[in-house]
Amino acid sequence: MMKSGLSLLQSVLALLGGLTALCGLVGAAISADADILLTVAVGLGALTLVRFVFRPISFWLDGLAAVLIAVALVLALPRGSAMPGHYWFAMVSAWAFAWLFVDQLSGEIRKGTVPRKTMGLLIPAVFGISLLVMWEIVTRGANVPPVLLPAPSAIGAQLENSRGILWADFVQTFVKSVIPGYIIGCLAGLIVAIAVDRSPFLKAGLLPIGNFMSALPIIGIAPIMVMWFGFDWQSKAAVVVAMTFFPMLVNTVAGLNAASTIERDLMRTYAANYWQTLVKLRLPAAGPFIFNALKINSTLALIGAIVAEFFGTPVVGMGFRISTGVGRLAIDLVWAEIAVAAVAGSAFYGVIALIERGVTFWHPSVRGGRA
Amino acid sequence: MIPVVSAQNLGLTFSTNDGDVVALSDVNLTIEKGDFVSFIGPSGCGKTTFLRTIADLEQPTSGTLRINGQTPEDARKNRAYGYVFQAPALYPWRTIEKNIALPLEIMGHSPQQQAERIKRTMDLVNLSGFEKKYPWQLSGGMQQRASIARALAFDADLLLMDEPFGALDEIVRDHLNSELLKLWDRTQKTICFVTHSIPEAVYLSTKIVVMSPRPGRVTDIIESNLPKERPLDIRETPEFLAIAARVRDGLRAGHSYEEVV
Repeated sequence: MMKSGLSLLQSVLALLGGLTALCGLVGAAISADADILLTVAVGLGALTLVRFVFRPISFWLDGLAAVLIAVALVLALPRGSAMPGHYWFAMVSAWAFAWLFVDQLSGEIRKGTVPRKTMGLLIPAVFGISLLVMWEIVTRGANVPPVLLPAPSAIGAQLENSRGILWADFVQTFVKSVIPGYIIGCLAGLIVAIAVDRSPFLKAGLLPIGNFMSALPIIGIAPIMVMWFGFDWQSKAAVVVAMTFFPMLVNTVAGLNAASTIERDLMRTYAANYWQTLVKLRLPAAGPFIFNALKINSTLALIGAIVAEFFGTPVVGMGFRISTGVGRLAIDLVWAEIAVAAVAGSAFYGVIALIERGVTFWHPSVRGGRA
Repeated sequence: MIPVVSAQNLGLTFSTNDGDVVALSDVNLTIEKGDFVSFIGPSGCGKTTFLRTIADLEQPTSGTLRINGQTPEDARKNRAYGYVFQAPALYPWRTIEKNIALPLEIMGHSPQQQAERIKRTMDLVNLSGFEKKYPWQLSGGMQQRASIARALAFDADLLLMDEPFGALDEIVRDHLNSELLKLWDRTQKTICFVTHSIPEAVYLSTKIVVMSPRPGRVTDIIESNLPKERPLDIRETPEFLAIAARVRDGLRAGHSYEEVV
């Protein structure tokens, strides 16, 4: 143990990875038609056990072992049947080596021996790829019915084959429903918030109603919106407007009160009028609150548009494809659609977060300094 | 000549849930052009309230108050004064020069005028070279200097300062005090300065207003005969110490420290 230079957890992982690779090697040796590449890979994995008797090895070799075993295993997976028993040893081995690699890498980053900027990105990448590889091996290796869970490769192939359909769905749901609904809903929330803030009457009357409405399950109004605005994107955009309006309203009303008393007194000493105070003080001070609402709404809007399409739509749209895809047992298409939605949603959120960093650069939460 | 500030029998009572609180009672005071007036007293004596009343941030409930012969509200609308608060209150999304430009933008100065005045006031408070910095990139003393520059930028004749150096350490405070004196000498402004430091009040002022709490009232007004030229070591001279002793006496007379809580 001392010779390997590893922590307890790392030692356990190294031992597990090496021993399972050894088991995989033995399994390959006694089986009739061993896959050559996989045999070589697990052989290399088993060789890492020398670190316990000879000398420590670089953690990059652990990463290499993980990649080699994973690639060989995925290539060796049989089509249409479960994989041989000893392949499972190889899978556990690849997983252990990947974990061992990431654990050592993060340790090295903390010590400063490898640059944080580039290598820091490697950790989530290894994590995500490991997850996909495991998913691939388990679904195909155990011959899981595609209706329950298709393999990532099948979803990828479906993404490639149905590019036209997926693009049309994306345009229908994201470009036509989410974006206009989001803009209208957020803008309306912002304007009404300013009006509510200005008028004590509206504040007393509208805000409680707003809070009540925001507690309603907005999705429940989707069928009504379909009746009012028709089957096409307009009704979905209307649902998105309803979903995004209240978070923006409530956040902006709170944000408009964020300016401190001294900051307001200052405006008063300049004899600034209402609009000057609003534009030069209160709206900038409300920025962090407004961006909070924009970020919340970016995910709400996509959920709203997709679910609203379950209640009636022309024969295009992400929600339509998901609901009919499940009905036709075209589960890989459903997953492809979910993947598109996830990427679109993350990108949307990411863009808003980037704009936020640019606009509210001064806020302690962004600049990471003192208040 | 019309006095800059003139208060007669001024009173201010706050109504709170716990009943009325008398913040100011029967204050009579005249401040002439070019005076440097310090208001000193323990907390709760109404010195800040009086300054805020001059600035029309609070409204008196009795008596009369005139600023340049006008009501406080008219004076505020005519931008008769610049106010320096206890905290710098610089807007963090604006650079230092943009913060100083804030009152100029609101009062509708042209961009050329703004640039010229920003340059002049930043020179005046020794902040040149920090135009493009954000407030949170500067030290507390520099932030407070920027807020003084902001109050000076639109050239009001009256400068109201509410414990502007209260949050700073003594070394920085001494330095800013002597700079403030030079600035006052150069600009010929009338300055009202709230403090709870006796040396600060004596060092800066031509007139020291001693106040006492419950109810807030003026107990003594001391005219200082110190020369206008005041190096920092003037604080060791007998004349300085004599005025400081009189201020201390005034504070003691107006305030029983063995008070009921």
